[in-house]
Amino acid sequence: MQKSVFRKTIEIIIFTVFIFFLFTPVLSLGIWSVALRWYWPHTLPQKIGFDYWLQALGITKSLTLGAVNVVPAFLLSLGIAIIVVIITMMIAIPAGYALAKLKIPALLKGIILILFLLPRAFPQQPVFLNLMLMFNKIGLTGTVFGVILVHLVVGLVFAVWITTSTFSSIPPELEEAARSVGATRLKAFLKVTLPISAPGLIASAVFVFLTSMDEFTGTFFVGLPFVTTLPMTLYSASGSNIQFASVIAILLLIPSILFMILIQKFLKAEHLGGMGG
Amino acid sequence: MAILKVNNLSKSFGKVKAVREVTFEATEGKVLSLLGPSGCGKTTTLRCIAGFENPDRGEIYLDDRKITSIPPEKRGIGMVFQNYALWPHMTVYGNLAFSLQIRKVPKPEIDKRIKKVLSMVQLEGYENRYPRQMSGGQQQRIAMARALVFEPEIMLLDEPLSNLDAQLREEMRFEFTELQRKLGITAVYVTHDQAEALVISDKIVILDQGKIVQSGSPKDIYSNPKNKFVAGFIAVTSFINGRIDSFTEEKKKVIVKTDDGLAIHGFNNSFDIGQKVSVAMRMNVIKFIQDENKNDKNTVNMFRGKIIQSSYLGNIIDYKIKVGNWEVRTNSDAKYNFKIGEEVTFYLSPEDIIVTREE
Repeated sequence: MQKSVFRKTIEIIIFTVFIFFLFTPVLSLGIWSVALRWYWPHTLPQKIGFDYWLQALGITKSLTLGAVNVVPAFLLSLGIAIIVVIITMMIAIPAGYALAKLKIPALLKGIILILFLLPRAFPQQPVFLNLMLMFNKIGLTGTVFGVILVHLVVGLVFAVWITTSTFSSIPPELEEAARSVGATRLKAFLKVTLPISAPGLIASAVFVFLTSMDEFTGTFFVGLPFVTTLPMTLYSASGSNIQFASVIAILLLIPSILFMILIQKFLKAEHLGGMGG
Repeated sequence: MAILKVNNLSKSFGKVKAVREVTFEATEGKVLSLLGPSGCGKTTTLRCIAGFENPDRGEIYLDDRKITSIPPEKRGIGMVFQNYALWPHMTVYGNLAFSLQIRKVPKPEIDKRIKKVLSMVQLEGYENRYPRQMSGGQQQRIAMARALVFEPEIMLLDEPLSNLDAQLREEMRFEFTELQRKLGITAVYVTHDQAEALVISDKIVILDQGKIVQSGSPKDIYSNPKNKFVAGFIAVTSFINGRIDSFTEEKKKVIVKTDDGLAIHGFNNSFDIGQKVSVAMRMNVIKFIQDENKNDKNTVNMFRGKIIQSSYLGNIIDYKIKVGNWEVRTNSDAKYNFKIGEEVTFYLSPEDIIVTREE
């Protein structure tokens, strides 16, 4: 089919605009992170160097007004995210299965799902301020454990909704067929339901991971003064040193981009279908 | 092979009484169909037998073993679902081997049995295909193979052919019957398609609103329907309502009179004078009379009517005829090319019509 020159031109323009909006922010951050000296009205930095990168990664010691080593904060964020994912999935998978598959009265089901939605339904700062005051009373502020709890609550909001939806979308006949040929409920779950729902569950886990890595407000209120995660260092840096802040921002983007690439390869609709003719 | 006994099975969903005191027996090696309109309780009954619903009352016995409360995986029942329910993440081999792996059958034996069951459904060599790579008919056959590969005592089928197109459905009916006869396996088959039930069943159990209306062989149900519902359900039927007016031939026959003055002669079935009845006529019983003067012996059940609708079906024409206040349908040889509005004369042999009760 011959596409008109006009049509092709429009497509190229739209594509370019799309790429522009997608990559320009990252590009801008990238330029800032290597700008050693950049004053208005120059369009590009006058002096480029990886100084701030080296300082941020702890390879060189920071000078006054320079970057600090953010590797410990990065590792802390990573560690917390992994723990949060593990615990969240351990709760969300059985919860999602129960809400999707078991015969629960609609009203109760609605209440439970709304309960899991509530943490996000209110303005974040008042919620976390209040949480900080409560945690303070029981000595949880400034502890990693406290921060993990906050991330759990935030992560569960999405995780439970996603797992419930994933399990709901699997036709019950698939499990029934397994039981009819001799599988117990557990075996039917492990051999049939779980493999088929894997893409949805993995998406849920990735989402929780990224949410935890980026979580700021709650972590800020509960984590200070002892727990410093990467988003918190970004917050501190953004006031004083833009180049340093850009370095941290790019570091925070890396897990997201990595997962996007991984998911794009994994979530191909190969295992969907198989029902009817 | 087993005998299935269902005794007084009852199941309600909230206020809806889906199954009401259903009792029947499936004979070893035979096919029993649960037939009825949507919502009649046939699928719920089947699911109770399979173990996916818990009946409120009643018992189910398989081979004298009470299975009413035992979980589905322990009942030894093979089930075929309406939308096949093949596991999409496994190959055909995986789908078939699953039940054998649970039973710890050694791999060489598994391979052998899979080969055997695939040849039974004429899908040899399909071990490595995925369900999504196969047509509806093929998937259905794999679903049957999966239900048979572990040699269960009884087979349950929930409208297995509903999702197939008409021609394939007809072919698969015969394939199913052949397979079932060859294996000698007992089967309980749920369907809403009366033609299907007539073809494949040894016994038909007709359900309406949770209750059994009639059960018997296909011929019984077709020729001796217990009431108007059964008569109308088992095949396309026209009805003329009236009352029993009198008996003839030493009470072997009755005369039914309608409000608009028609008199119809049919066979007596323990009726009382004055009883409300429906005269049921199937699509092939109306016999047209072209030349009235030629027929003097058929004075009984002779009627005049007017053609109000005519549908050409190739070898036959489907007419709707107005007789008195009633509309009757018939399939007739295409040689009678009646026009709409044409007046026709026809007669009904008393042997061909069925006088049925209303209820």
